[in-house]
Amino acid sequence: MLKVENLVVNYGMIQALKGISFDVNEGEVIALIGANGAGKTTTLQTISGMLSPTSGKVLLEGTDITKIPGHKIVSMGLAHVPEGRRVFGGLTVLENLKMGAYTRSSKTEIAESFERIYASFPRLKERQNQLAGTLSGGEQQMLAMGRALMSKPRIVLMDEPSMGLSPIYVDEIFNIIEEISKAGTTVLLVEQNAKKALAIADRAYVLETGNIVLSGDADALMNDDSIKKAYLGE
Amino acid sequence: MGFLTYLINGLSLGSVYALIALGYTMVYGIAKMLNFAHGDVIMLGAYLVFMCMSNSGLPAVVSIVIAIVCCTAIGIIIEKIAYKPLRRATNLAVLITAIGVSYFLQNMALLIFGSNPVSFTSVVKWTGFSLAGGQLKITGNAVVTIITCFIIMFALMWFVKNTKPGQAMRAVSEDKDAATLMGINVNATISLTFAIGSGLAAIAGALLCSSYPSLNPYTGSMPGIKAFTAAVFGGIGSIPGALIGGLLLGVIEILAKAYISSQLADAIVFAVLIIVLLVKPTGILGKQIKEKV
Repeated sequence: MLKVENLVVNYGMIQALKGISFDVNEGEVIALIGANGAGKTTTLQTISGMLSPTSGKVLLEGTDITKIPGHKIVSMGLAHVPEGRRVFGGLTVLENLKMGAYTRSSKTEIAESFERIYASFPRLKERQNQLAGTLSGGEQQMLAMGRALMSKPRIVLMDEPSMGLSPIYVDEIFNIIEEISKAGTTVLLVEQNAKKALAIADRAYVLETGNIVLSGDADALMNDDSIKKAYLGE
Repeated sequence: MGFLTYLINGLSLGSVYALIALGYTMVYGIAKMLNFAHGDVIMLGAYLVFMCMSNSGLPAVVSIVIAIVCCTAIGIIIEKIAYKPLRRATNLAVLITAIGVSYFLQNMALLIFGSNPVSFTSVVKWTGFSLAGGQLKITGNAVVTIITCFIIMFALMWFVKNTKPGQAMRAVSEDKDAATLMGINVNATISLTFAIGSGLAAIAGALLCSSYPSLNPYTGSMPGIKAFTAAVFGGIGSIPGALIGGLLLGVIEILAKAYISSQLADAIVFAVLIIVLLVKPTGILGKQIKEKV
């Protein structure tokens, strides 16, 4: 579904990604874990066209999307829930969700998506006329996820969805990610909460200062000694 | 009756300020930059209308349409050449560039049209009407200016709220990266904003010079600065703010000229601005910008 080949990304003199390769198969939940500054966010931003790589390729269902501008990638079936949620604070919840469907034109299909998203996130429906900036952190995260799903993506990238949330919301957000996966959307998840991420992922890649140092089945990684030490705090 | 006449003249001048302020406020809201060349686009618009009407004998409406089309194109070209390469540059670099573009347009106009003022023929043929037995005269220019301003303002508010490009504009003004992730073409949206602002500048130029008919290459600069003031006054980034700021500024200016001193009028206008900003730094309808942590 998604294939990343030898991706190198530079910020000026600093090399953030030093040639990483990985792939995501249809229907999988893939976790990308690693410490701060490992290059997780950079990876997602490069895939969705927000950053352009120095070299390497990103293939979405076989099509090379490396040079395609960010705003055209959404309609190819890839959505990105950015780090820090980035909801439109001055717009209402309803307007935010409408923005998510910006690339779609069929009104009946958009209405269906609204129903589906309100079913998964009843709280968003309750607050649909409220300004997004007034929502709590957890509600904003739900809105950011709902907004991304409004484009009816086949694959969704999620950047630190649990960051800064209370434990109750963290559990809820991970439940929702599992639901999204069960509904048939492929998920590429970036998380610092490695334990939670590995618990719901099929496979995982471990990123360290711009390199993939370890990869494998999530269950196997969960029992890996070096992972336990470095990321699971055991 | 004198007061009412001044009030109507003030509203008419204020309507022109509001139209110009719209260009400043929309561009600021979306591109987060002050386009100081905006006032000079007004001057170019007025010259275009003048050339079409007085030199080529075209009807007023046709002349204005030509001026709108040309100014829209000029606005898009300015943005592409001067501002787009600076999208990730510091605010100061963009500001200096905008001032540079302003001087460039003024000097280009000097080369083409010369420094002698030309006498602009009003685009409004109707001379107006009198009320209260001839004591209250309302000019056709004032009526047309005020009505045009309100129609444009409400059309624009509707456009931003209810159309897809309008919603894209709101999203881009909130967060450019997040807007891109929604599939919105940010560059095209910024171009559209410049296009709308510059098209409105052409209308503002024609209306301004219909009431104040002396047109020279510097005609746009003072109304440009005042309209910028109006935009700040009303709360920069807000469309209704531009309307309120523009109208208030026009009325204050005309009343100050009539009752206090015509030399001091501009000083009074800017003094009021300073007081408003001291009391409410975001302007009348301005939003409090929260710093993200």
